[in-house]
Amino acid sequence: MTKIKEAIKNRILVLDGAMGTMLQRNNFSEEDFRGERFKNFPHTLKGNNDLLSITQPEAVKQVHRLYFKAGADIVETNTFSGTTIGMSDYHLEDLVYELNYESAKIAREVADEFTDKPRFVAGSIGPTNRTASMSPDVNDPGFRAVTFDDLRIAYKQQVEALVDGGCDLLLVETIFDTLNAKAALFAIEEVKEERNIDIPVMVSGTITDASGRTLSGQTVEAFLISISHIDLLSIGFNCALGADQLKPYLKRLVMSTSLSISAHPNAGLPNAFGQYDQTPEEMQILIKEYLQDDLVNIIGGCCGTTPDHIKAIAEVAKEFKPRKILETI
Amino acid sequence: MKQEKYLKLSGLEPLIVTPESNFINVGERTNVTGSRKFLRLIKEEKYEEALDIARNQVEGGAQIIDVNMDEGMLDGVYAMTKFLNLIATEPDIARVPVMVDSSKWEIIEAGLKVIQGKGVVNSISLKEGKETFVHHAKLIKRYGAAVIVMAFDEDGQADSYERRIEICKRSYDILVNEVNFPAQDIIFDPNIFPVATGMDEHKLNALDFFRSTKWIRENLPYVGVSGGVSNVSFSFRGNDKVREAMHSAFLYHAIKNGMTMGIVNPEMLEIYDEIDKTLLEHVEDVLLNRREDATERLLDLAESFKGDYKVNEKAIAEWRNGSIQERLTHSLVKGIDEFIEIDVEEARLNSGKAIDVIEINLMAGMNVVGDLFGSGKMFLPQVVKSARVMKKAVSYLLPYIEAQKEGKSSSAGKILMATVKGDVHDIGKNIVAVVLGCNNFEIIDLGVMVPPEKIIETAVREQVDIIGLSGLITPSLDEMVYLAKEMDKLNIKIPIMIGGATTSRAHTAVKIAPEYKETVVHVNDASRAVTVASNLLQVETKEGYVKAIREEYDKLRDGYLNRSKDKNYLSIEQARKNKLQLDWNNFTSVKPNFIGTKTIEVELNQLIEFIDWTPFFQSWELHGKYPAILSDQVVGEQATDLFSDAQEMLKKIVSEKWLTAKGILGIFPANTINDDDIEIGGTSSKFLTLRQQSQKTAGAPNIALADFIAPKESGKQDYIGCFCVTTGFGIDEKAIEFEKKLDDYSSILVKALGDRLAEAFAEYLHLKVRREIWGYDSNENLSNKDLIDEEYKGIRPAPGYPACPDHLEKPTIWKLLNVENEIGVKLTESMAMWPASSVSGYYFGNTDSKYFGLGKIKEDQVIDYAKRRGISTEIATKWLNPNIAD
Repeated sequence: MTKIKEAIKNRILVLDGAMGTMLQRNNFSEEDFRGERFKNFPHTLKGNNDLLSITQPEAVKQVHRLYFKAGADIVETNTFSGTTIGMSDYHLEDLVYELNYESAKIAREVADEFTDKPRFVAGSIGPTNRTASMSPDVNDPGFRAVTFDDLRIAYKQQVEALVDGGCDLLLVETIFDTLNAKAALFAIEEVKEERNIDIPVMVSGTITDASGRTLSGQTVEAFLISISHIDLLSIGFNCALGADQLKPYLKRLVMSTSLSISAHPNAGLPNAFGQYDQTPEEMQILIKEYLQDDLVNIIGGCCGTTPDHIKAIAEVAKEFKPRKILETI
Repeated sequence: MKQEKYLKLSGLEPLIVTPESNFINVGERTNVTGSRKFLRLIKEEKYEEALDIARNQVEGGAQIIDVNMDEGMLDGVYAMTKFLNLIATEPDIARVPVMVDSSKWEIIEAGLKVIQGKGVVNSISLKEGKETFVHHAKLIKRYGAAVIVMAFDEDGQADSYERRIEICKRSYDILVNEVNFPAQDIIFDPNIFPVATGMDEHKLNALDFFRSTKWIRENLPYVGVSGGVSNVSFSFRGNDKVREAMHSAFLYHAIKNGMTMGIVNPEMLEIYDEIDKTLLEHVEDVLLNRREDATERLLDLAESFKGDYKVNEKAIAEWRNGSIQERLTHSLVKGIDEFIEIDVEEARLNSGKAIDVIEINLMAGMNVVGDLFGSGKMFLPQVVKSARVMKKAVSYLLPYIEAQKEGKSSSAGKILMATVKGDVHDIGKNIVAVVLGCNNFEIIDLGVMVPPEKIIETAVREQVDIIGLSGLITPSLDEMVYLAKEMDKLNIKIPIMIGGATTSRAHTAVKIAPEYKETVVHVNDASRAVTVASNLLQVETKEGYVKAIREEYDKLRDGYLNRSKDKNYLSIEQARKNKLQLDWNNFTSVKPNFIGTKTIEVELNQLIEFIDWTPFFQSWELHGKYPAILSDQVVGEQATDLFSDAQEMLKKIVSEKWLTAKGILGIFPANTINDDDIEIGGTSSKFLTLRQQSQKTAGAPNIALADFIAPKESGKQDYIGCFCVTTGFGIDEKAIEFEKKLDDYSSILVKALGDRLAEAFAEYLHLKVRREIWGYDSNENLSNKDLIDEEYKGIRPAPGYPACPDHLEKPTIWKLLNVENEIGVKLTESMAMWPASSVSGYYFGNTDSKYFGLGKIKEDQVIDYAKRRGISTEIATKWLNPNIAD
């Protein structure tokens, strides 16, 4: 049994908070994003946060370090958009392997700086910016901008690099289209089989609005059923909503599954300027309710959360026992 | 807290099947094989309207929708992908899970790649063996779908209670234990077959399904059971009232026994309680096999529920109103000869030139036949019937053509067809000749047992474009090699097509092709013959095709030669040391009630119940196991038609005594001597057996037939039998009679039936031997199906087949039984039996004897065998060639 499977039985694990929010604080310029290596690259690179793992690795490492210091057990690699599909916007498809590998490697290095308790690196696998079960063209509903096989191949490359770089687990997250996630899970299974390895996998979907469905239209229960064919470490939700709006869906999930549950909500909803205002203290109160209701095994933050938020969450998480897992007979 | 393992599926919304769930209705209208309307819409790319069908089903209560795009003219992958992508954008349809239904894996996989929810694959089975089954199951699991598993394995579709549960159990164990497939995601389809067909072996079809369902639910934890319900009422097509009642009653009982879901057309379902009471009673009598005369009673009653008698006449009137070309095409495609002369005459009067009727009108019709056949929408028996109509039409026109002296019509090419020297089998060759003839090739058929000189002489004289060689017994393979060598020596440049039961692509590539500078190509089914012949002759395709074949065969040969080296063999001494050791100390042989030889006469009608029909359908290239084939989705209708033609002819064969059945058998004291020979008491003859030489896994013996007879040194007296039976006298005369009437269909049919009757005779006689004549199993009581499945004790292997491929054993049998003088069956120089519808073999009575395959043997055994046989090693090598390891 891997260490994380051991740890999750004994305590509530704390996941880190937002990477993007933290990196924005550096106010990196186009030149900073480019670094020496991409000085003469013919396309704009500003905004490609994943690239910073290569051009500004110290800044990325510092974010990981702050989260671990705040009490996170797990940090996510800076690879949310690290597929050929995501990188095609920046014309950096060829950099995908290196980007994931380096991101995993630096996160690993920081994790290894902490020796008090086991610290884990989760390879972050985002949804890409295309969707396999919806058409981007309203006049041609049968059209797809990306296919299962496109996604499977792209994800496989990302997964291989993340594993090579030293991740302890993989996190397929912010799922707005279950078919995309199924392609990622398919790729992970392929890598597991080819290399004869077992690596724990977390899956985290996104409920976009009060309809209580994913963007691709599935209910909580349908989403759960659709990804349950894979052996998972946990299932949960992240992003889009704050902790309070997310709670009813988490509850529905808890009632339907025997898997461990994860949640990493946003710091509330964004204000008119796109900023998140929920303070660490406010979020701590909401998370404490999750814990009292026995809803989660892994808890962290998404957009707008900072090391301070994670510190507040870690403090309350310590006081509670992890959610009991249903056994399947 | 604990959670049960339930089948959980999803579209946009979940579908969880719990013990409290009602029966799950699977909508079947979005299936091109079941709904003509849906097929038309998909073909015409009217996907919007096709979506409406899906929507109506969901609104009508379907909890899952079955989507099937298996149709010859459709690009199934494209259609499946497109339709499911469109469904995904319609929330009112996409809320339910999808059942991805196809017999083609690539279409299933295409479907799995576009559904975000957890669907169901329909279906997989052990049909193509365990490896494919496991491979597909693993992928289905990885794509995240549940699966329907058909009760189908390497031996065919399960059609008895025992076979059903055996296959389901085996499938379950593989899926659960080896693939780690969640048991709750497995749904078995234990095959719903028609009842009330009038055939005795179908009486238990419904009952066996109910019993199997119950067994599966009780013994295979967590699985579900499904099935296609409309099959059960197949024999009442056209009588919806009865069908609806049957479906409801069937479901009522199936659900009681544990059926969890099913493919059902809600419009073809009567409410159980509202079924007419008398009808219900009659239907249930049939389903539950409650009385002997249940079928007859239901058939009688059904007449009174029949609605529209006039459909047929109306349909006829409709097509008779078409244009002359439409009518001719219709007659050709449907194989109807009733109106052909009237229509041809009309066409001739219209055009003024008789030859034009052939070249323009009839050829247009035959082109349609060719296209339909090529795309898998017509089947062999139909094409042969079309040919019959065509021949009639042409023969009607011939006198006019001669009178007008217009010369012959142009042909697509001239093809010589022959069964090679020493071989008498020609059913396959005749079918290929007919199909080629239909496609405007001119055929010169030299018949059977054609010497190589005659083939070459005729080919050169007639300037043929292709030579087609056929053969069924193994020595024919060498004849083909010889002929290729001779043609090469003479520098002949005519391509050769090879076909027949023992031929193979590998043998053609490895043994024949290297001997001939020109093209040699293996064609084993009639449907491909036309394409191959056209490719060989058309100027545009010829060069590329010939090159591609050559490359393919070169590659195959290299691969084959490399592979065959990997296998390990024992020396014949080692193999003998590892022989099958039966416990002779505790053995007592059953002394036969009769010792010596005797001739057997039997009435043909006694043989009918012993017929194994599956190979009969195979000879017409309709694949599937009897009786399931009669309701097969693809070929069921053709199989049913063919079967009824066969029954009709069979009646005539019996009542008008077209054939006579003659047989002879002998039973002798016998002991094995020198490991591999069987000494026959009271004679100087010996049976020589061959021993397996390939290296076996630990504990497995290297078997020879001699191992089943007590060795002399055991001191126990043992026995062996042998036999020859024929039903072949009279067939050739009948076949020629039909050919004169331009009826190739009946000519081929009578030969195919002759073969089946000979096999049935062998089966009948074997039973008599076991029960009475030898009497070693006097209490045996097996059904015909058990006989076909070889459930009986003891075996009757035949020389020339896998356990004893040595054809030279036949002369020994002939000598022992004086076969030729007694019943007239002769051996050709290749040791084929004439007439062709004959069977010969041995009887082994030992309970431990079993069928096996010899496999390849090594040179040391060939040398040893030559000595025992008293022939040169060279001659021994020639006879055993197909079994000698390279």
